[in-house]
Amino acid sequence: MAEASYPDDLLYHPEHDWARVEGEEATLGITWYAQDQLGEVVFFEPPEVGKTMSKDDAYAEVESVKAVSDVIAPLSGEIVAVNEALGDNPEKINQDPYGDGWMVRIRLVDPGETDGLLSADAYEGSLQ
Amino acid sequence: MPGAQTLNRTPLFDRHEAAGAKLVAFAGWEMPVQYGGVREEHLAVREHAGVFDVSHMGEIETRGPQALAFLQRTLSNDVRRIPEGGAQYAVLCRDDGGVLDDLFTYRLAGETFLTVTNAANHARDVAWLIEQAEAFDVDVLDVADRFAMLAVQGPAARRIVRSLADGELPSRMHVCERRVAGVPALVCGTGYTGEDGVELLLHPDAAGEVWDALLTAGVVPVGLAARDTLRLEVCFHLYGNDLTEERGPIEAGLGWACKEDTGFIGADEVRAVRAAGPAERLVPFVIDGPGIARPGNPVVDGGEVTSGTMSPSLGVGIGMAYVPAAHAEPDTRFAIDVRGKTRDAIVKKKPLYRKDP
Repeated sequence: MAEASYPDDLLYHPEHDWARVEGEEATLGITWYAQDQLGEVVFFEPPEVGKTMSKDDAYAEVESVKAVSDVIAPLSGEIVAVNEALGDNPEKINQDPYGDGWMVRIRLVDPGETDGLLSADAYEGSLQ
Repeated sequence: MPGAQTLNRTPLFDRHEAAGAKLVAFAGWEMPVQYGGVREEHLAVREHAGVFDVSHMGEIETRGPQALAFLQRTLSNDVRRIPEGGAQYAVLCRDDGGVLDDLFTYRLAGETFLTVTNAANHARDVAWLIEQAEAFDVDVLDVADRFAMLAVQGPAARRIVRSLADGELPSRMHVCERRVAGVPALVCGTGYTGEDGVELLLHPDAAGEVWDALLTAGVVPVGLAARDTLRLEVCFHLYGNDLTEERGPIEAGLGWACKEDTGFIGADEVRAVRAAGPAERLVPFVIDGPGIARPGNPVVDGGEVTSGTMSPSLGVGIGMAYVPAAHAEPDTRFAIDVRGKTRDAIVKKKPLYRKDP
């Protein structure tokens, strides 16, 4: 998508990741700002289902033409689903970072961690 | 950005900004890395025509009674073979055969030559050549400030430039003076993309007019990111990656550009390596499976990746790597350690991308 957007129903990590928390699970991805900084994503290899991830640690890599970047976990949890479609169509991360460009779904270890994340306004403010 | 104010800007900087280019620091210059999208720009060059601002590249003029003899001593190729109005590729070697730069030299007149350098190496090349010139009756002039440079590349590039020019364009590996969009230009039948096209050397104050005329004629502005994917698909070397002072031209696969009998600086070492065979060779490769190898990734059996990207034309990870000479034959499989993950690669013949006949 060409225009910056930061949906209000998501929580944000300062390392440019979003989380859509639904009960004890959350869907994760990277923000519009992150994909814009990267440029066209040419490769994303989803992590394995069943792996656990810790808040603030890298859980995957996303590659643009020129660079490799870590994807940071906004929350801790166990991976219950991954977006396999990104293997063949990594450009979805650019086209629809909050929809078809989602990366993983996790079962939260500590739902209280969401208190440490940013609202859309606060995240967008941090980009200025 | 600290030091940003010290970066050089090309005469087209304002146009790049206005076009929405992402600008990055490259070899001391603030250069457009992409305008719209890398893939789109890459394919525009493969299918139509693109223009690159490569004004960061340097130029050195060599002239005088011994200009030919001097260049024969310093450049690896046989400079005598360049006709007037001709061009030639060569490397500049140290005594030990290490590569200082790779460059194109154009013979503008009998004893007047123009050599185009890589931006990052320009100052060093000038200093090196002036030092070597002491023994010759020759003037070596840094004329980088005299030129802006535009590369117009792609299957439609010549037709479009011809429509703006006052005469026929030079054939491949030749150079001539023309007016392009009314502006005096040295038109060179060279490029770095594997496509047909020309490179234009222009007065810096007039480059903008030519740029505008090319864009009006439908040529797509292309940044450095696509320049890199285009050159890698056809296995052209990038100095600083595939060529360094620590590597010689034979292991880099540039033996064809070295004529040791001319007695160029470094020729003895190049001859010795050619005879004995190098320990490693630079090979093109494709990744078999997912993933992209990047410069610096180790080859598991020895050696390293020096260039690597996702090929927009082929849709697979491609690159070049130094591998043990015994494993350098096409179709040889080898493994690359990509940040802890092993990726399988296959040695290929050059070029990795070839236009359908």
